[in-house]
Amino acid sequence: MRTIDHGQVRALGLGAALLGSGGGGDPYLGELMARRALADSGPIVVVEPEEVVDDALVVMTGMMGAPTVLVERPPGVLGQLQALRALSGHLGEEATHVTCVEIGGMNSTLPLIAAARTGLPLVDADGMGRAFPELQMVVPTLHGISAGPMAIADDKGNTVIVDADDNRQIEEEARSVCIGMGASAFIALYPMTGAQVKQSMIPGTLSMAQAAGEALLAAKASGVDPIEAVLGQVGGRHVFAGKVVSVSRKTEAGFAKGEFIIEGSGGYFGSEMAIAFQNENLVARHDGRVVVSVPDLISVVDEETGRPITTEEIRYGYRVAVLGIPCDQRWLSPAGLELVGPRYFGYETEYEPIDNGSRRER
Amino acid sequence: MALRVGVDVGGTNTDAVLMDDQRVVASVKVPTTQDVTTGIAAALGRVAGRNTVGRVGAVMIGTTHFTNAVVEARNLNPTAVVRIGAPATTAVPPLIDWPPRLIEEIGDRTFVVHGGYEYDARPISPLDESEIRTVAKAIRDAGVMAVAVTGVFSPLKDDQEKWVASLLEKEIPGIRVSISSELGRLGLLERENATVMNASLANLADDIVRGLRLAVGVAGLTAPVWMTQNDGTLMSGDTARRFPAATFASGPTNSIRGAALLANVTDCIVIDIGGTTTDIGVLHNGFPREASGVVEVGGVRTNFRMPDIVSIGIGGGSIVRTDPELTVGPHSVGYRLEQRARVFGGDTLTATDLAVAAGMAEIGDPALVADLDRGFVEDSLALIEKKIAEAVDSVKTRRGAVDATLVGGGSVIVGGGIEGISRLVRPNHHDVANAVGASIAQVGGEVDRVVSLEDMSRESAVESARAEARQRCLEAGGLPDTVRIVEVEEIPLTYLPSNAMRVRVKVVGDLGLET
Repeated sequence: MRTIDHGQVRALGLGAALLGSGGGGDPYLGELMARRALADSGPIVVVEPEEVVDDALVVMTGMMGAPTVLVERPPGVLGQLQALRALSGHLGEEATHVTCVEIGGMNSTLPLIAAARTGLPLVDADGMGRAFPELQMVVPTLHGISAGPMAIADDKGNTVIVDADDNRQIEEEARSVCIGMGASAFIALYPMTGAQVKQSMIPGTLSMAQAAGEALLAAKASGVDPIEAVLGQVGGRHVFAGKVVSVSRKTEAGFAKGEFIIEGSGGYFGSEMAIAFQNENLVARHDGRVVVSVPDLISVVDEETGRPITTEEIRYGYRVAVLGIPCDQRWLSPAGLELVGPRYFGYETEYEPIDNGSRRER
Repeated sequence: MALRVGVDVGGTNTDAVLMDDQRVVASVKVPTTQDVTTGIAAALGRVAGRNTVGRVGAVMIGTTHFTNAVVEARNLNPTAVVRIGAPATTAVPPLIDWPPRLIEEIGDRTFVVHGGYEYDARPISPLDESEIRTVAKAIRDAGVMAVAVTGVFSPLKDDQEKWVASLLEKEIPGIRVSISSELGRLGLLERENATVMNASLANLADDIVRGLRLAVGVAGLTAPVWMTQNDGTLMSGDTARRFPAATFASGPTNSIRGAALLANVTDCIVIDIGGTTTDIGVLHNGFPREASGVVEVGGVRTNFRMPDIVSIGIGGGSIVRTDPELTVGPHSVGYRLEQRARVFGGDTLTATDLAVAAGMAEIGDPALVADLDRGFVEDSLALIEKKIAEAVDSVKTRRGAVDATLVGGGSVIVGGGIEGISRLVRPNHHDVANAVGASIAQVGGEVDRVVSLEDMSRESAVESARAEARQRCLEAGGLPDTVRIVEVEEIPLTYLPSNAMRVRVKVVGDLGLET
């Protein structure tokens, strides 16, 4: 057990941006909201999955919707607990802990708000070990754990409970409710027992994101190479460095899809890397050969400062380093790769493990 | 043909040029003074002599006063902030993440009232007139005379903002209201921040505009005074009093447009080297390319339309160090070049000293830098060129060499070619490019609206926006023959029902002058 206070939110947001592998929404807004909630409430309690009793009721909290809408219409304070309360009401049982759907991007900091406003402990874990665009893309799905019943709430007091046999079906139903609520809504989902948390959630990812962010901030202050400092925390390796020389984008079926090309410099001089993205970076090819692919993480950072760069921001002229970070090994089963591997996103390529030797033990 | 005077009021110098059409007739540099008027009056008096003063048809002024006021957090008036959007948005209240010294300066009076729109123009909640009257009373009781009003999704539908503004004006006679739909684009916090800054400059804007008019009068000129905006167009003194924040980036804009005129180009990279920094921007179709996202002003995130500028810490006054390794900048002797640089007998080795030692410039006494090792001078100048080349590269949008124009008083430190630049031109009068840019600013007309394509075609929607933008430009004083479209932007709003599209049309024209 440990605590997190409002002064530590910055590092967590920065680490979450790195683990967002280019997507997950702008963590700035989530960071602002969490900083404010924790400044009001004081430090929140964070527990390891191992510390959660088997019959606990653990709920994931966060938001879903269009990032572009969220920046114009940030949420109200009242909605922040509405989904969690509605879910507890529907279950007839109060949640004992909250936890994260994903550790990449904005949804990594939002559960801190739920913990701050309810006083519930936050479980140091998440369902993805990164960011993905859809709600069924979590390890608990592989364990047959249902996303439902799931509560969706706006900030005007409206709530909807969604449930179905299949997590992908729940994602579709929830998506249409969310659009009706103004294309951004609070969610509470995957009600789980403590035993299920231990069995299916990826442990320690909140701490990992925070440590990565702290390493970046400390490297900046002390003049250490920020990229080496970050890799020391998240595992993986430096797979390329150079200058972005072209970016192409299109919007397709609600996804921001595209590809950018990096011309190598330094040790990579004379070669190039192409990175295909759909919200997140998904496939990286070095001179045509796939070197990193989803579900492994492809994080693009500023070559000098190590600052994570999103797929929305990237443009010609950026000097970047590309980090290949191994995903959690739970994704590597055939069922895991079917759920979130390159083919699910429409790429005709097999998953290419970044480097099993460096895969982090969790 | 009437003459024009362009003025650039910088932190150190005030430059003025007298222009006959596109020709520089006279130019002058004088120190900027603490008060608004003295320095400008002096500069005006020296460029527009007894024989020409009566022929001046317009005075165009670019100033950094408003930017500096925000950056230095001084001369700002107390400002109330009203956001229309409750119960949404309250998780991030107004002024969140502002530097404390700025909040202290403007006061922490923020109100989030019911209203605002969802992305599809449904109301978030109904406006409540009595709630707004209560807010008005609180503002009136606090004696605050400026307010910023921001509604959720107001760039798509601005009627609520306007209604709240008029109610506040009625309840608090004389209050200055800034509304967000006139200042920024989508992105609530950034647009609200921009609106608050604008409102907090209301008193200073009155003072500056009065001071500028006074200076022009003192110099014996009777021509109208115009101020230059971020986008390179002009606004009248009265408009500037309402939109002072629209001048925030007029400095770089004027320098880019001035460079374009002096070098006679419409598309190139512009490198402006001053005493401390080098600003690099892109001239596209005669205008600076705009930054796409968030721009910080004084530590506050905004989404003003500003030129996309890359700044690096290299200028004529940059200090050259060899320990522990060879560096040039970011530290600079700044405006004290004539006291501290070696060529003026000082003890600090600067980039300008290197240029003199290499025979690229005749400044001060070359004998004072004759002892510098030739190899060292070459290495140091190569370092400067490498840093500038890297910065130039980062503003390009595609591969390949480009043309560039070099301006600014510090530009002597660049001698030969710069990698990635096919043709590098340093035009005459390059050291007053800023004032030249101010003098050629045009009048603009802009339409930015969301249209539904249910009952009209895309073509007719764009056509009617074009006609309206042209009309606005003519009303602002544009000469009909010179009005041209510089930008048409169509943004399909895929998440809106009813097949909506956002249309933005910008036209500009030369200012008609009376002699």
